Order: sequence, then structure tokens, then C-alpha cells
Amino acid sequence: MTEANIVLEAKNITKQFPGVLANDRVNFDLRKGEIHALLGENGAGKSTLMNLIYGLHLPDKGEIFVNGKPIEIKSPNDSIAAGIGMVHQHFMLIPVFTVAENVMLGDEVTKRGSLDRATVAAKINEISKQYGLDVDPNALVGDLPVGLQQRVEIVKTLYRNAEIVILDEPTAVLTPQEAEDLFRIMHDLTARGVSIIFITHKLKEVLAVADRITVMRAGHVVNTVPPSETNEAQLANMMVGRQVILTVEKKDHQASGDILKVENLFVRDQRGLETIHNVSFTVRGGEILGIAGVQGNGQTELSEAITGLRAVQSGKVLIDEQDLTDKSPRFMTAAGLAHIPEDRQRHGLVLSYSVADNMALCDYYRPPFSNRGVIQQKALDENARNLISAFDVRTPSPFVNAGKLSGGNQQKVIVARELSRENVKLVIANQPTRGLDVGSIEYIHSEIIKMRDRGVAVLLISAELDEIMALSDRIVVMYRGQIVATVETKQATREQLGLWMAGAHVETA
Amino acid sequence: MDWKRFGFIALIIIVLFGTVVMIGQVKQPPILIITSMLATTIAVATPLTLGALSGVYCERAGVVNIGIEGMMLTAAFFGWLGAIYMFNVFGRDAGLSIALGVFFAILSGLLMALLHAVLSITFKVDQIIGGTVINILAVGLTGFLNRQLFFGKGSVFGGSVPGSPGVLPTIHIPLTEIFTPICGASASCLQNLIAINRVFDQKPIAISAILLVFFSHYVLFNTRWGLRTRAVGEHPKAADTVGINVVKMRYLNVLIGGMFAGLAGAYFTIESVPSFEPLLTNGRGFISLAAMIFGNWTPIGAWAASLVFGASQALLINMQIFRDVIPPQWSFLQESYIVGLTPYILTMFILTGIIGKTTPPAADGVPYEK
Repeated sequence: MTEANIVLEAKNITKQFPGVLANDRVNFDLRKGEIHALLGENGAGKSTLMNLIYGLHLPDKGEIFVNGKPIEIKSPNDSIAAGIGMVHQHFMLIPVFTVAENVMLGDEVTKRGSLDRATVAAKINEISKQYGLDVDPNALVGDLPVGLQQRVEIVKTLYRNAEIVILDEPTAVLTPQEAEDLFRIMHDLTARGVSIIFITHKLKEVLAVADRITVMRAGHVVNTVPPSETNEAQLANMMVGRQVILTVEKKDHQASGDILKVENLFVRDQRGLETIHNVSFTVRGGEILGIAGVQGNGQTELSEAITGLRAVQSGKVLIDEQDLTDKSPRFMTAAGLAHIPEDRQRHGLVLSYSVADNMALCDYYRPPFSNRGVIQQKALDENARNLISAFDVRTPSPFVNAGKLSGGNQQKVIVARELSRENVKLVIANQPTRGLDVGSIEYIHSEIIKMRDRGVAVLLISAELDEIMALSDRIVVMYRGQIVATVETKQATREQLGLWMAGAHVETA
Repeated sequence: MDWKRFGFIALIIIVLFGTVVMIGQVKQPPILIITSMLATTIAVATPLTLGALSGVYCERAGVVNIGIEGMMLTAAFFGWLGAIYMFNVFGRDAGLSIALGVFFAILSGLLMALLHAVLSITFKVDQIIGGTVINILAVGLTGFLNRQLFFGKGSVFGGSVPGSPGVLPTIHIPLTEIFTPICGASASCLQNLIAINRVFDQKPIAISAILLVFFSHYVLFNTRWGLRTRAVGEHPKAADTVGINVVKMRYLNVLIGGMFAGLAGAYFTIESVPSFEPLLTNGRGFISLAAMIFGNWTPIGAWAASLVFGASQALLINMQIFRDVIPPQWSFLQESYIVGLTPYILTMFILTGIIGKTTPPAADGVPYEK
């Protein structure tokens, strides 16, 4: 490769955020027509680097070159003008706008002062045909499935004539099949001379599609390697900085009787639409049941209904033969339910409370934490100190606000509170490791398996198929609020699960 | 379009008009009642329409504006004051003084909106608090200046309100003249024509309010400005990533909203009655907000909702005219405070969402943090 092939180069980029050196003298380059993967854990500095290149933040030091020429990027306008487009992890689309309106926003075509939707639609159709993207310019974005919304984002960059496209964690919301489709589109793009920066933390994908891989850790670039010269274990080590056990070790499970029974459950969401239709399943003691499915197929409503946070339309939830349908969360907790909620910051913790207070949220009203309505601070502190050391929570003290901790440590606070209680019979873990670093993921996985080995029933809900396959003993697949398949993990394959998650026809097994 | 909503609005207006026609027909032919009620409805709906448009611009850009009431009140005062000053102190002629009064009203609405924008966009103060500040400030400021300038010892105008230059004139649209030949010799036809003409003979602010409704609707949904405005109100980050200046768009829309509220204020003291009294707007800014919500944050919807409130006001006025012919079983209609409750009861009813849910812009009231 010669120098002339480099379309984008970032040299010595340094960016300081309050308390964190997010990028420390980072060098990165992108060649014409290649897929350059940027790999790293959350907080490694990948997104910061991309936001600097895209102009959402300004670097403290360093230079950016496009096609060999230094350019100053002060806002997305500058990067768009330089031919850089970005597909953000959380889509930057307006649900109430049509595809055409979303695509043209910021670069509108007008005819005598009026938006020229027809011309834009024609251009979208042209791009769509050229790259096999297949989007309807007149559809409302909010009505489109996630996979199509992502294509709209890609169309948005191409509409602006982007020659460099940054994809930030594009596969996080896709089924394996949709991801395959995306990879096909990525190759189509590179074949036509577009260069792609592919940000991810998934090792398999990187090895499958990237031409080069750059690994970042703690604000530094660790190394840049071609996929042919590396493997998953080596990449994981570079990401984390130490040996990582990629596979979860667990013994064969010893299932006992049914602990959680869900019978013919129907649940509606806040708009009154039925999101759970006639769902029935059981979880036995000493077993992990994984619920696989693309986000938004009813998993949230299901876990809320089981944990007493959402009213049940009809059907039953039984824990240990006791009918707990529509009982309050406190009642459920007392009956032996431990809940690791989906959104740790909104539902798992009170961010403005101390770690110690958060650790007593389930039991604060009972002795020893409470004596005739008065909180016993000593008991609270002692409990916190014990849990902090038992669950390895990295916090300066028990009195620090939970909001000040890192994501991994926040989740450990929740896990400590929920799993340390004495009478736990059932654990419901909804996306327990989303957005966490590899170290925390390992730890939380091991705690979940410990619970299972103690004979507790575990219901694991996750959009990460790898997590489901690594932890579960049995897997059910949810699609549009129904269970479309149930399978023993040993007999399950990624491909088959992916098809089920996408709603492919299921033969009765 | 939302037919259920517009159907409900039409139904309410028909019921209100029908009630008056039923009671009043012993005294006046229905066509006269209907046309006079229509004329009143449109006139009374004017400040509500403009206030609701003010809200539409602000909130579509993501800034909640409960300060419309205060902006209107301030504008009503300063518009009136400006007109009087020009007329009495600078000796301008009445027409120019009135026109400048409208200008001052719009300007003062704009300045109040600027305060709201600085508070809520730059300093990210809770927007409800910001709007409340505007409302309280307006009451205090206008009440204080009103007293200091006109009444009491040592006041600038020496204890009496000087003569005002009057109000904006009615614009006659010559429908009667144009269509007279169609009627030929028929006297009743001509009479009806004159009655219908009365609906269209409105004052300048009332006419511009209607034009601005359609203009705003077009701007919001068919122009670059509108697309960007709605984008920063729905998903400001998405707008930012395509190079739209969120802060600038929000500022400009709040300022535009302030000008609309200013024009609404001018209606009270420069178009309707040439006098000012403390608390003159009397909650109409809040009814504007209700109209905006019931109109689902669209200009045409907000206008239709404003007309409902206008019609209930027309009902109130007509109930007084026909007071002596109200049948005894309907005697409660004689009590003006009961009839006067209609707009407020309607507001509460409408806001319950029984007539179909309304959806505010997704980022309405949320300050933008990069």
C-alpha cells in the first residue's frame, strides 16, 4: 500500500474529558476501499475518536488528514463536507419523519422554497438500487424494523456523497441474519470505493469482515493487525490487557422442580397494544432459562409483568406454586424473587443515593436495617461493607453516590443487593451485562452460574445471542410477543436461533 | 388529518350555534344569528389563535412555552402605551400611532421570548419555571408601570389616562357590492348578503391571524425551516449530527413565538378596546396552550380548537342578548357565570384525551446537552 491510498489519517489525537484521558496520542489511518475495524471495550476511547473525526467534539491536540490534506473539523458540517458519514449506535433518525425527510434533513432540496420530496425520493431510490439497500423513501421511519432503519442511516451518508463511512456498533441491534446482510452491504460499499470504519466489541465479526483491526484500550491504540495474523483469544487479550477466559465454564446442571411457572400470559404495553400473547414456560430450580430475541419483541414487558412492575392482562405467574400474578414488587421480593432490571440506571439504582443505601433498597423497612420505622445507619453501613468486599465493588467508600460509579460497578451493586439475600429462589436477569467491560461481564456471569449451582432458578433475558448460548441450559426464542421455539442449548445452533429470532417459520418440535 | 378531532370540533360548534338559534329565533332570523355569531367567534378566537401559534413554534422546536399569557399581557400593555405615547407625547397622527403600537406590542413579545430563550436554552432552566417567571414578571411589570405612569401622585401622565388614538379599523371586504346583481330585486336576498358579508368584515389582526395559520402550517410542514424546526423538537441530537445548529433553531423559533404572542397582545388593546387594565388577558394565554395541545401541535388544528373557544364566547354574548326569551326550563342559561364556564369546562374535557390522544414533539421541554 502506498501513502496515496490513505483516505483518512488521525495523528496524535489527544482528548481530555473531566477526569478521563479519553484519547491519548492516538494514531489511526484508513485506506481506500477497506473495512478497518476499531475494537475495544466500552470506555476504551473508540467512540471518542470517532466523535472527534465526525466533529461532535473537538480534539485538544492532534491533526486529521483527509486524502492527505490536513483539515479542521469543528462541527459535523465540516466532516460531511470532507466526505465523512457516520452511522451512530443509537440511530439519529426522527421516527415521525418519512425516510426521505430524514435523509434530506440538513441538506434539503427545495423548489421555490418548498421541500422537493420527489427529487429526494428519486435520489434515494437510485442509491438504494445501486447498493441493494431496498428502502422506501415514503415510509415513516418509526414504522420500519431496526434493520431497515440502519439502512436509512447508511443511505443518509451516501446521499451526502460520503466516501468514508463510520459504523458505530452497527450489529448490536441486529439478528445474526440481519448482521450478515449488513456485512454484504459493507462489502458492496467497499467494492465501489467507499472506505469503512467498523466499531465493535464483537470479536467474531471483526475476524469475519475486517481488512485490518485496530485495538484500543484505555485511550491508547494497542496495535493494528490484519485478521489473518490474529485470533479471538489474542484480540481479547489486547482489548482487556490480560488473559481472558472467553468461554464460560459451568458444570452440567441438576434441575429440580419447577420454580417459576408462567401460564398463558397476555400483557399490554403503555400504548395499550398487546405485546405478550399467550406466553407459557417454566423455569426449574438449578436451571438457567435463556430468552433469546431481538430487542423490542416483548422481553421488557415480559420481565416487567413477572416482576410485578406491569399489570397482567390475563394469565398467571407462579413462583414455587404460589400465585403471584399482579402482586406488588415488594411482595415478590419477599417471596424470593431477585431482579436485575434491564436499565440499571433507571430501575436498578437510585443514582443520587449512596452505595450503602442502594444496597438496602429491598430490605430497608425490615430489621436489622429498620427499627420501628427508624433507619439503622450502622446496619446499613455494615451490610454495605460486607457486600462491597464480597462482590468486589470498586468504590472509594460506601457513601459515594451510586451515580458516580462506572457501569460495571453499578451493576455489581445491584447484583450484590439482589443475589445476597437469603431466600432467593428465582433470579430474573434482564440484559445483565449490557455495556459492561469484559472483566465485569466475566464476574457477573460467574455469579449467575453460582446461583444456578445453588439450585436457584434463573431467567436470563438478553439480546446478545452469545451470552444466551454461553449461560443457558435451555433457550426459548421470543418473536413479536410469542415464544416461537424452545430448545436445549446443547442442540441449538446460532443459525437456527437467528432464523427463529427473525420470525422464520417454526415447525412444531 | 385527524378527522375524529375535527369532527368533534365541528360538532361542538354546531351545538353551541344551534342552542343560540333555537332560543333566539323568536327574535331574529337564524341567518342573522349565525352570521353574527360567526363574526364574534372569529374575532374572539383571534388572540387564542395567535397565542396557540406562538406555542406551536416554540414547542415544535422543543421549548415548552407556558409564558404565552405573560407575553400577551406585556405586549398588550406596551402596545397600548406605545400608541398613546406616539399620539400624545410625540404628536403623531392616530393611524401611525396605532400602527407603531402594534410594532411595540410585537417587540415587547419578542423581548419577553428572548428572556425565555436565554433562561431555557442557554441556562437550561426548567422550562415550566422559565414560563412561570415570564407570567409573574408580566403581571408585576405591567401592573407597576400602569400605576406609576397613569395613576397616583407624581405619575407621568398626572393621574389621568390621556386620550388614545383609537383602535384598528375594520376592513370591509365588498362581497355585498360584488354579489348584489345576483339578488336582483329580492330584498331578503340582499339582507342575507349583508349578513354574510359581516362575517368577512374583520379587523387587520383577526385577518392576519387566519392568514398566519395557513402560512405557518405550510412553513412547518413544507419548508426547510419547518423540517429543521421539527427535527430539533423531535430529536435534537439527530439534527446536530447532520450539521443543524440546534441552539440557533430553538432561539429563533422561540423569538418567532414571542412575536406571535405579541401580536395576540396587540389584539386586546389596539384592535379590540383602546384601554388597559391589570390582568387584562385573563387566562387566554393558557387557553391558547390548551388549543395548541388539542390541535395536536399543528397550526390548523390549533386554529380549529381556538374557534371552539371563540364559539363558546359567542354563546355567552348571545345569551345576554336573548336573555329575555330564554325558555324557563333552560333558565340556567341566564346565569352568565354558568355559560361563561363553557370554555373552561371544554378545555378540561379536551385535555383528558377522550377525543383522541395528542402527541407532543418528542424532545418538548428537554434542554439539549451535547
